[in-house]
Amino acid sequence: MLTEITDVAVASVAARRGEENATVVALEGLIGAPPPGPGFAAGTGSVRAFWAAPQQWMLAAPSESYELLADVILAGLVGIASVTEQTGAWVQFDLSGDVVCDVLERLCALPVRNMAPGMANRTRIEHLGCFVICKTDGFSILGPRSSAASLHHMLVSAMTSVS
Amino acid sequence: MTQPNRLPGGEIDTSKTLTFQFDGKIFTGHPGDTLASALLANGVRLMGRSFKYHRPRGPLSAGSEEPNALVELRTDARREPNVSATMVELFEGLEARSQNRWPSLSVDVLAVNDMLSPFLSAGFYYKTFMWPAAFWEKFYEPAIRKAAGLGSLSLKPDPDSYDKGFLHCDLLIIGSGPAGLAAALTAGRAGADVILADEDFRMGGRLNAETMALGDQSGSDWAVSAILELESLPNVRLLARTTVFGVFDHGVYGAVERANDHMVAPEAGKPRQILWRIYSRQSLLCAGATERPVAFENNDRPGIMLAGAIRSYANRWAAVPDRRIAIFTNNSDGYRTADDLIAKGVDVAAVVDVREDAPDCSLYEVYAGAQIINSRGRLGLESVRVRLLDGSEKTLECGALGVSGGWNPNVHLTCHRNARPQWNDDIAAFVPGSSLPDGMRVAGATAGVLSTSGALNSGATAAVSALENLGYTAPRIELPAAEDAPVSLQPFWFVGESRGRAWVDLQNDVTTKDIELSHQEGFRSVEHLKRYTTLGMGTDQGKTSNLAGLAIMAQLTGTTIPEVGTTTFRPPYTPTSIGALAGRARGKEFVPTRLTPSHQWAVEKGAVFIEAGNWMRAQWFPQSGETHWRQSVDREVLAVRKSVGVCDVTTLGKIDVQGTAAAAFLDRIYCNTMTTLAVGRTRYGLILREDGMVMDDGTAARLAADHFVVTTTTANAVGVYGHMEFVHQCLFPDMDVQLISTTEAWAQYAVAGPNSRVLLQKILDPGFDLSNDAFPFMECAHVTVCGGLRARLFRISFSGELAYEIAVPTPYGDGLIREIMAQGAEFDIVPYGTEALGVMRIEKGHAAGNELNGTTTAGNLGLGRMVSTAKDSIGSVLAQREGLNGPDVCRKVGIKPVNPLEPVTAGAHLMRADGPIDAAHDEGYVTSACHSPSLGHAIAIAFLKNGDNRMGEILRVVSPLTGHETRVEIVSDHFVDPEGGRVRA
Repeated sequence: MLTEITDVAVASVAARRGEENATVVALEGLIGAPPPGPGFAAGTGSVRAFWAAPQQWMLAAPSESYELLADVILAGLVGIASVTEQTGAWVQFDLSGDVVCDVLERLCALPVRNMAPGMANRTRIEHLGCFVICKTDGFSILGPRSSAASLHHMLVSAMTSVS
Repeated sequence: MTQPNRLPGGEIDTSKTLTFQFDGKIFTGHPGDTLASALLANGVRLMGRSFKYHRPRGPLSAGSEEPNALVELRTDARREPNVSATMVELFEGLEARSQNRWPSLSVDVLAVNDMLSPFLSAGFYYKTFMWPAAFWEKFYEPAIRKAAGLGSLSLKPDPDSYDKGFLHCDLLIIGSGPAGLAAALTAGRAGADVILADEDFRMGGRLNAETMALGDQSGSDWAVSAILELESLPNVRLLARTTVFGVFDHGVYGAVERANDHMVAPEAGKPRQILWRIYSRQSLLCAGATERPVAFENNDRPGIMLAGAIRSYANRWAAVPDRRIAIFTNNSDGYRTADDLIAKGVDVAAVVDVREDAPDCSLYEVYAGAQIINSRGRLGLESVRVRLLDGSEKTLECGALGVSGGWNPNVHLTCHRNARPQWNDDIAAFVPGSSLPDGMRVAGATAGVLSTSGALNSGATAAVSALENLGYTAPRIELPAAEDAPVSLQPFWFVGESRGRAWVDLQNDVTTKDIELSHQEGFRSVEHLKRYTTLGMGTDQGKTSNLAGLAIMAQLTGTTIPEVGTTTFRPPYTPTSIGALAGRARGKEFVPTRLTPSHQWAVEKGAVFIEAGNWMRAQWFPQSGETHWRQSVDREVLAVRKSVGVCDVTTLGKIDVQGTAAAAFLDRIYCNTMTTLAVGRTRYGLILREDGMVMDDGTAARLAADHFVVTTTTANAVGVYGHMEFVHQCLFPDMDVQLISTTEAWAQYAVAGPNSRVLLQKILDPGFDLSNDAFPFMECAHVTVCGGLRARLFRISFSGELAYEIAVPTPYGDGLIREIMAQGAEFDIVPYGTEALGVMRIEKGHAAGNELNGTTTAGNLGLGRMVSTAKDSIGSVLAQREGLNGPDVCRKVGIKPVNPLEPVTAGAHLMRADGPIDAAHDEGYVTSACHSPSLGHAIAIAFLKNGDNRMGEILRVVSPLTGHETRVEIVSDHFVDPEGGRVRA
C-alpha cells in the first residue's frame, strides 16, 4: 500500500567543527536517543533522526506540532550546529504490504530484505536522491518534492510490476 | 498435425498441446518444448540460412551456444531478430520466421553466393572493395549488408517495458546443474542468502538431458526434488530464465531475467524482462560445459548436430531430428547418445570413432579409427561418407548425425575481469585460470570436472568453502551416488584431407580454409585471426567454434593451442536486449520531471512549458487573442517594465552555507570577495573553474555572520553544489563550513517592475519598511508575509527593473503566487515566463547560460576586475594566463541591426563589414538574441575581439549555414536603463 505522508516537518542538522560532541548531546536531548550512525535512524519520541552524512542528520517530526521544527532545533544548537529547514524539500511516501521488498528491489540498490526497523539509508531511485527508512510496518521513502509526481509514478510502476 | 519425430516420455507435458507458426505454417508442440525441439518433433530440420553463403542450416545445439537456428520471433513492433530457437520456450500462439533468405527458406536466391564461394573467402571484402574509396559508405557497404546478415529489426518503438532491480546475497550460484544444485542445497540448508540463477526455463541443467541415475532416482527427478526443497527455503531465491551475462567489480553481476518472454505479450504493466544487478559476497560458477563439433567437409547440413544436443532432444524433449542417426565422436560421450537413442527405439546407423581403440558395442556398428569425410543432402542430411581405418570408404544413410569432439568448460564469466583460462591436457580444453574474479569459485564441468558425481561433490565443496569465508559453518550434505566415468578422449578438431569446405564457425561461415588463408597472409595472432576471418564474432561469440579455430592455427604455426591463446571474453555472455539495459529510462521516463511550486497554478493559467534541465518552467502565458508566442512575450515584457510582473525562479539553485568559516570559504569559491559583505546584504559573484574559465554566476546573500544563501543558475545547481562539496571536503577540510542544498525547500518568486515595491508592501506583514532607504538595492532580510509566514526577501534584479525575490517554504509556494496575483490585480500584474525573463536580461546585458558557456572568462564577460588579486580563489591564477588576457580577446558587447527591421540570430558569427567570410576572418560570435519590445528592434549579445574598444563599428552577422547576413552596429550591451537608475529606484 502506498500512502503520501503530508504532515511531516523536516530539518537538517550539521555539527560545527569542534562542536561534534556538543551536537550529539543536544540531539540526544531532542530525540531521546544517541544520534544514529550511518545506515540508521533513531528517536523515541515524536522527533526522530536519520543519518544523512558525516556529522549531519535529518530530523523529522509531525508538522502539526512542529511546524517550526528548524527553529525548535536551532534554539538548542546556536553556535553548535548548522540547521536548515527542509520541510518543503521532501515528499514522503510510505510503502507497506507483503511484497514491499519486491517493490523496493526494483527501485533502489539498498539491501532492503536485510533492513530492520530503525535502519535508514540514502539511495538513488531513478536518478533521485532519496532516503529509505525501515519501520515496523514497512518503509518510508523521502524524495525530492519537485519530483514527487515522477517518484510516485515510479513507485506505482514498480508496484504494478510485482503485484 | 502429427509430430512425426516425437518420442514417448520426456520432460514435456503432452497432455496439453500448443499451436505455433513457423514461416506461416502451423505446427503443434507441448509445454516444456523449445521452438527448436517442437520443430524437430514436427520433422523440421531446416531452420535458417547462413550469414554469408546462405547455406541451409538447422540447429546445432540445444542451448544458448546455438550458431544456426536463429529466427525472428513475434510480429509487428514486437518482432525480435536473431533469437535462438533453442532458447525460445514454446507458448501458445508463438510466431517465428526464418531470416536471411528470399523468397523462402527452401528456395533462397542468394544461395548463389555459395556458388561464388571461391571468390568470397576471408578478406574478400577488404581486398575487393578498396576502390574507389568514396564508394564504400554509399554503395558497397549497404549492398553487402543487404546480402549478408541476420534478422531485421521492426524499426518500431518497443511496446514493452523493462524493469531494473537490485539483489543482494551471500552466495550467487550461476547454473543449476548437478554442481549448482548441490551447492545451493549446501548453502541453503546452512542458512545463507542464496541466489541460484539459470538461463534455462527449467532448472536442473544436464540432469534433465541425461538418463543416468542419481542414487535411486533419475537425474531429472533428483533435480525436481532438490528444486522443491530450495523453493521451500526462505533464504534461497531461484531465478530461472535468468542469464548472468557479466561479471563486474566487487562481486557485482549483471543478469537478465526473461520474466515474461514465454508468452505472446506480457500482461499490462508487467515488464518483459528485468535487468538485475546482483551484489554477491561470494559467487560460484557452475555454468557447465559446451560440446564442440568436429570440422569435416559439408559438416553444416541440417541434421548434423552436437551429439549431446541430440541426446538432450531425445531425453528431455522426446524429439529427434530423424529416426536414423549416426554418431561421429572422438570420446566416450558419443556412445551415451547412441545408447540413449537405442533405448528410445531410434535407429543408430553407426558410431564413427576416430580412436583406433574404440570400444565395441553389440547394439550398433562401431567404426574404430574412422572419420566422416563428407555428407550429402540438399536441404537436410541424407547420408554421410565414412573413411574407415583401412582407408576404404562407405556411405551411411542417415537423417541426422551427432558429432562429439569433447566438451569445453564454460569459462567465459571467469574471464570478464580480464583473467585468462588455462589449458588442461586431460580434457583437451581450457579451464578457469588461477586468477578468478573477487569472491568467485568454480565447480562442476566449468571447473573441468566432467562426471556427474564429480559435479555434485565439487559444487558442495565449493559452497562449504565459500560460506566459510563468510563465517558460516555449512555441514556437508549427503549426496546421491552418481556416474563417475573418467574422460576418455583423443583430441581431434578437423578432418584433414577435406577438399571442399569444412565449417568451423557456422554462424559466420568461417571454414578451415579461411583459417589457413589467414595464416598464409600473416594474420596469425589469435586476435588478428578473429578480425580477419570473423571467427567467433557472431551472436554466439564462437562458443562452438573458437577452440577449433585455435587448434587449426596451432597446427599451422607448429605451436600448441595454449600458445596460440584465446581472444578476450567480455560481457554479455549471450545477446542482451538494449531494452533491458535501458530499463524504464526512455521517452517521458528517461529522467524524472521537476515541477515548480507554481506549476499547478501555471497549468490553470494555460502556460506553455519548456524543459529546463529536468524542470518544467512556464515559458510564457498566452492570453486570449494571442496567436504567436512573440505577442505573449512582448506583452509580458512591456507589462513588467510598465508596472509589475511575477516569475517563478525556484529552479535556481539555493545552497545554504553556514559555519564560522562560511565567508572565508566563499572567498575561495568566488573570484570576488565575500568576507567584506555585510550581514543583510547580497552580492553578485562569479565562480571560476580551476582553469580560470567561468563555471557559474549568482548571488550570495549574507543572512547572518555565519550564514549565507548562495544562488546558482538553474542548469548548474547540482554541479556547483558538487563543486563546493569537493572544495570543502578535499581542498579545505579544516574549514568550519556546512553545506546543504535548500533548492527544493524554498519557493522563490521574482517580483519585478516599478510597482513591485507597493505590491510587496501589501504582502509583507506590517512593520517591515521596504523604502529605498530602509531596504536598498542588494539588501536581504528575514521577513514574514501574509500574517506570520516566514519568508526571505532579496532585493535583486535580473530584469533591470526595481525588483525583489521573495522566498517562502515550498508548501506555501502555490498559495503565495495566488496571493501575489490577487494583490497585484490593481497594478495589472502579469505572470511572466522564461522567454520574457530572457528578453529582459538581454535588454539589460546580463550574462546567462549562453554566455557562461564553459569557454568564457571573467575578462570575456567584461568582469575581469571582479577577479580579486588581493586573495586566493579557485581559478584566479589561471585566469591570469597570457592567452586569456591579450589585446585581441573577445569582450561581451551589444549588437543592433543597422536596418531595424532585420533580425539577428544567436549562434551567427561576426565578420568585418567587407571582406571574406571564413574562419580566418572570424571576429566573434552572437550568444543571445531577441526582439526587444522595449526598443522595437532586434538586439543581441555577442563576444567580439577587442569588443569594448569597437563601439559604433559596423560589422556583419553571418551564418553561412542558413545564408543569413545582417549589417549590425556594435553598441553597449546595456540596452535598457544603462545607468541602472531603475533597479535602485
